[in-house]
Amino acid sequence: MTIEKFSYDNKIVRNFAIATMIWGMVAMLVGLLAALQLPFPGLNFDAHTTFGRVRPIHTNAIIFAFVGNGMFMGIYYSLQRLLKARMFSDALSKIHFWGWQLIIVGAAVTLFFGFTSGKEYAELEWPIDIAIAIVWVIFGINMFGTIIRRRERHLYVAIWFYIATVVTVAVLHIVNSVELPVTFLKSYPVYAGVQDALVQWWYGHNAVAFFLTTPYLGLMYYFLPKAVNRPVYSYRLSIIHFWALIFLYIWAGPHHLLYTALPNWAQSLGVVFSIMLIAPSWGGMINGLLTLRGAWDRVRDNVELKFFVVAVTAYGMATFEGPMLSLKSVNAIAHYTDWIVAHVHIGGMGWNGFLTFGILYWLIPRIYNTPLYSKKLAGFHFWIGTLGILFYTIPMYFAGFTQHFMLKEFTEDGVLRYPNFLETVVQIVPMYKLRALGGSLYLIGVFTMVYNMVKTARSGKLIPNENAEAPALEKIVVAEHAGHWHRWIERRPVQMLLVSLIVILIGGMVELIPTFLVKSNVPTISSVHPYTPLELQGRDIYVREGCYVCHSQMIRPFRFETERYGEYSKPGEFVYDHPFQWGSKRTGPDLQREGGKYPNSWHYNHMEDPRTMSPGSIMPAYPHMIENDLDTSDTGAKIRAMQKLGVPYDEHFDKVANAQLMQQANTISDDLAKNGIKVNSRKEIIAIIAYLQRLGTDIKGEKLTQAK
Amino acid sequence: MRSTGKFAVIMSVIIILILTSLLVAGAFLVTFFWAVRSGQYDDDYTPSVRILYDDKPESEVNPTKK
Repeated sequence: MTIEKFSYDNKIVRNFAIATMIWGMVAMLVGLLAALQLPFPGLNFDAHTTFGRVRPIHTNAIIFAFVGNGMFMGIYYSLQRLLKARMFSDALSKIHFWGWQLIIVGAAVTLFFGFTSGKEYAELEWPIDIAIAIVWVIFGINMFGTIIRRRERHLYVAIWFYIATVVTVAVLHIVNSVELPVTFLKSYPVYAGVQDALVQWWYGHNAVAFFLTTPYLGLMYYFLPKAVNRPVYSYRLSIIHFWALIFLYIWAGPHHLLYTALPNWAQSLGVVFSIMLIAPSWGGMINGLLTLRGAWDRVRDNVELKFFVVAVTAYGMATFEGPMLSLKSVNAIAHYTDWIVAHVHIGGMGWNGFLTFGILYWLIPRIYNTPLYSKKLAGFHFWIGTLGILFYTIPMYFAGFTQHFMLKEFTEDGVLRYPNFLETVVQIVPMYKLRALGGSLYLIGVFTMVYNMVKTARSGKLIPNENAEAPALEKIVVAEHAGHWHRWIERRPVQMLLVSLIVILIGGMVELIPTFLVKSNVPTISSVHPYTPLELQGRDIYVREGCYVCHSQMIRPFRFETERYGEYSKPGEFVYDHPFQWGSKRTGPDLQREGGKYPNSWHYNHMEDPRTMSPGSIMPAYPHMIENDLDTSDTGAKIRAMQKLGVPYDEHFDKVANAQLMQQANTISDDLAKNGIKVNSRKEIIAIIAYLQRLGTDIKGEKLTQAK
Repeated sequence: MRSTGKFAVIMSVIIILILTSLLVAGAFLVTFFWAVRSGQYDDDYTPSVRILYDDKPESEVNPTKK
């Protein structure tokens, strides 16, 4: 048995650590801005910084920049040590690092300028989607390469979590991002309406599962035992945890669409799997916490353990709350409210945030070979961070309940007690202020940590390559059982797993998706027609401005919703919606039946300054839509793209689309002129009014036939 | 109003999702069997202890522990 000398790459770990801290600060600052914009609409500044654009920047930056880099930092550190091998290729590590940072910058810039696909947590446009896929595969190659060259035969449980992350995120991202490019930075998803919603939340749910949960569980199983210097409570339980979790997680997505136009059986399937998920999730939490059995005294004077304990507790809370929220009766209350915002921030701030901080406090002093600069500051970070989480989430729970119960309250006469949605918003604005306070406290903690880390790094010196030695892996002499046809696959499981997945996916998608989708886009409600060119352009403005961030287009079949908004939503209404815009949060009212509710002039004034029409409104003002000319150069291309996706426009309609567009625009501007508003019919405001007036009007004439 | 297409509208994409999910699950199942058969889980205690030891070369064992 020969002892081999090699070294661990600490530099790449350090780089990811720096990126984690920088993007963490940026992402949380943007989040604080978004939080402040709700109680203080003046902070929406100009067209690029309205809430509808800031909020996707915040979510994308937290998930992919902060947690993403944090995940890579922890994986690159632990993977090498668990496998007793340096990363497969330093070059691939570098490409992965810089590629990912470029993607983040590209994402921030495009979202800022309004280039978005309009699908939550997958807002990035197609060139960036492709870049993500490439960089992710490079990460995968680097990881599997390291696994193949390992000097430790047993794959520690953390590695299994990493493998699940790499494979599944790739699949989710590719399936959800199948889109038809129209221009360089504009595309339409091939899925429409209900289908798009289903794909999106299959992705959305599993992104939480495989981007925010599994990699961090892997990190927990490495860094928690390391920090407390004792093995995990039950290694056997950790293995059961892993396999149970990944087999259950992927089926739970439909719980994001309860009471929507999704078929009931699909909803129930999602609920059942969500409830089952409690078992592995809590198994993991208990396993993490019990690792500290008999060592709780170490938590007192070990700051990274403090962070880990809160992180694992938050994981337990969020994974109990998640299944509860999947119960239809609970979901009826929580969906569209700030309860969900509280729920995700328990996960984001508590689980992902605190685990990342704990890892940083543990790891930076080690790779810089120096003690932590200040334990006091670290302790301060812990307490102010914990306080921040409480100040953030408790007001949000309160706001969620308050708003729900106001919205569903009827008077003795059977009419809504608060018919104006705005009343319920005004009621919870103080909660929004408290939430911003909580976020600020949390952010102060992060700044403290970064200062502490910089000081620590300065007082030490980075060990770029940490020497190690371990015996080489002995080759297993395979006794050939002749004739076993599956022998070959068993010997190369990892490569086979990857290759077969990619091959089958590409083949399957090329073959299946167009046939399935184009054929099925047969309208089920005969009165539902494709959007006119002007409405289509208006819809793209709606997507660009991120209106879906605050307004849903999905009326649930509850009396308190149909009384307020009108007839509940039908699946057949969305067959031309690329992308679907159901939304997931109502900071403002639902817009599915907005068409015809108000005159054009109301919309004009409301967009220019919402507070003139609705005093106390917290919606951003959109005066730039009145100034900006509508870009009609791409109308033809958009029509052609829609035709390719199966929308039944007449042949050669793209040639006359702009003429029809102007005709409709003139009608609207004439109507506005009659009401004393002079506006050029070429302005963007005309298009958005056209779209808003169209919303939900298709089936109004069909009400009688439907009732039968 | 046509009612025939309704099921198809919802169904078509769910087939893709279920197939994809089954594919992922199936791939993991194969891996699971590989892991069990190749003896990955024969020892369900030692690996948890092994990770606590670093592989510092004998020559430079320098206690950086806090």
